[in-house]
Amino acid sequence: MRRGLLRALKTRPGRLLAAPYIVWMALFTVIPLLLVVWFSFTTPEGGFSFDNFSQLLGYGAYFGRSFWLAALSTVICLVIGYPLAYAMSRETGAMRNTAMLLLMLPMWINMLLRTYAWMSILENRGLLNQLLSFLRLPTLHIINTPAAVAVGMVYNYLPFMVLPILTVIQKIDKSVVEAAQDLGGNQLTVFKRVVLPLSLPGVLSGITMVFVPGVSTFIISQTLGGGNSKMLGELIEMQFLGGTYNPYLGSAISLVMMVIVLISMAVMNRFGEGEEEVMVL
Amino acid sequence: MKKELIRLVDCTMAFDGEIVLNAINLTIHDKEFLTLLGPSGCGKTTTLRIIGGFETPTAGSVLFDGVRINDVPPHKRRVNTVFQKYALFPHLNVFENVAFGLRVPQTLKGDDGRKRRVKVSEGEIEERVQAALELVGLKGYHRRRVHQLSGGQQQRVAIARAIVKRPQVLLLDEPLGALDLKLRKEMQHELKEIQQQVGITFVYVTHDQEEALTMSDTVVVMNHGNIQQIGTPVDIYNEPTNAFVADFIGESNIIQGVMHRDYDVTFAGRRFLCVDTGFDPEQPVDVVIRPEDVRITAPEDGQLRGTVNSVTFKGVFYETFVNVGDLEWMVHSTAAPTVGDEVGLCLTPEDIHVMDRPDLFPKGAEALTIEDVDPEPEFEDKYADEEAEETET
Repeated sequence: MRRGLLRALKTRPGRLLAAPYIVWMALFTVIPLLLVVWFSFTTPEGGFSFDNFSQLLGYGAYFGRSFWLAALSTVICLVIGYPLAYAMSRETGAMRNTAMLLLMLPMWINMLLRTYAWMSILENRGLLNQLLSFLRLPTLHIINTPAAVAVGMVYNYLPFMVLPILTVIQKIDKSVVEAAQDLGGNQLTVFKRVVLPLSLPGVLSGITMVFVPGVSTFIISQTLGGGNSKMLGELIEMQFLGGTYNPYLGSAISLVMMVIVLISMAVMNRFGEGEEEVMVL
Repeated sequence: MKKELIRLVDCTMAFDGEIVLNAINLTIHDKEFLTLLGPSGCGKTTTLRIIGGFETPTAGSVLFDGVRINDVPPHKRRVNTVFQKYALFPHLNVFENVAFGLRVPQTLKGDDGRKRRVKVSEGEIEERVQAALELVGLKGYHRRRVHQLSGGQQQRVAIARAIVKRPQVLLLDEPLGALDLKLRKEMQHELKEIQQQVGITFVYVTHDQEEALTMSDTVVVMNHGNIQQIGTPVDIYNEPTNAFVADFIGESNIIQGVMHRDYDVTFAGRRFLCVDTGFDPEQPVDVVIRPEDVRITAPEDGQLRGTVNSVTFKGVFYETFVNVGDLEWMVHSTAAPTVGDEVGLCLTPEDIHVMDRPDLFPKGAEALTIEDVDPEPEFEDKYADEEAEETET
């Protein structure tokens, strides 16, 4: 891998253009990553050990909650986002631009502010419950529950699901869709057998772009989860910044989380390819 | 006479107020190979898309077997299309591409008037797909991925995919446009053979006049959303109805002239005997002379005298340009004159084709080329200039 990189540097013209990025990546990504690995196998006394990893067993609940909430938010984003992306792809001109603007607008506001806004909506005496009681409906206890965290994640990450799907659907050759109609496919058939399979790459990158930040989020879970449903992000933060200062354990948690995320991405990509193969056969 | 299958009645198509098809009338017969021929933007593809159901005409009717089908969506029409850039399904292999149309459940009306969903059995799909692949010469390719195929092979898959549905009409939108010359010639023959084997109607769109002449039973020449001429390839070549058709089909010398009375025409500053009749007295006309019909003679034997401007070897013949006054004549001949020589040009009455000059098309002193026709504003300007000139003289 690294040799390939070096060879590319030597043989490709324009390699100088990539140099700043490569230096940047080496300094601030590769070296810190190596440090994380180093720390996770080290005890505070400086010796090599697996202690950090055996301690992890006590934090299984955090792992379970993080992956479950991230997966749930990803599914909700997909269920909301795919139809939205499909509908947007069929609009033209002003209508699509308006939809795009509405989708992007929240992203211009600082994420922390957005999340605090949700706090005041979901609070026990917040906007939502005021509305419910005004309508004489029973109020809901959402704030400081996993549900609030899921709501926050869906709200924050939805654009990251919609945009890749929209891009891929827009790129589908119009004449391929026409060919499917021409061969006898009604709208549903054309969608099921042409548009959906051809948009899978967008779905996969959408899932990745929601799931990965979802697993490691700590702002959303801290703000909306209220410490009752701590996620991995918070746990890691505590090890580095909190009272329980233990960067060795923090590194081990980060490393394991990263490995699990990478494995799930690999499995999903394989599943995606398999899907395509199945349809081919 | 063969049975009528499709009829377009006063079909007009406008996009954003711009007229693309101008009330065209066209009849397509059963088992006919009909070609829509014309320069880009002439409306030929729009006509095809109207028949395929991808566009609904702004005005007029599309009749299929006598039934109006304007509002019938593409998937319910008994026509299939071979698209310009193949439009194969990239996520499916060759077999599944061809089988696509067979796997789609069809809703058919039974004899009792009830609608039933009909599926083709796997065995029949296998059989029909393999037969279609064999027909287009792709036997044994069924497991290939589409992107592993060459352009010509992809084109064949597109044809197999369309004919496997056994449509009554196959629509082909410049299907050979992306292929190289040699492959194109081969495919022309094969397409014609396939058409005869499966015995269905082909409606073919092309801008390549040679392709149109080679394959078609009927050629429809179009320009600016209007049909210029409908006829057999021989008719279109030998008896073009106007200068546009003459110029588009093969090469021509097109010269403005005046028809004094039957058999008597003046052009290029000289009076000629011709075989044409039925014009108004002293009517301005276009005179079309094919370059292969002009004979080069000794200066004193010619009806016109000029100087050889250029000679180009073209393989089978020499292409010579002769300047006569301010006109440039194109001559195709097997013998080559010498550049700079004075020569005579000789025409026989049968070679002089006199045509109505449609007001739509301006003719300069020199032969009109296709490039001149296309952009609309430019041609209006030219027309204005020409009118001004005419009033002056």
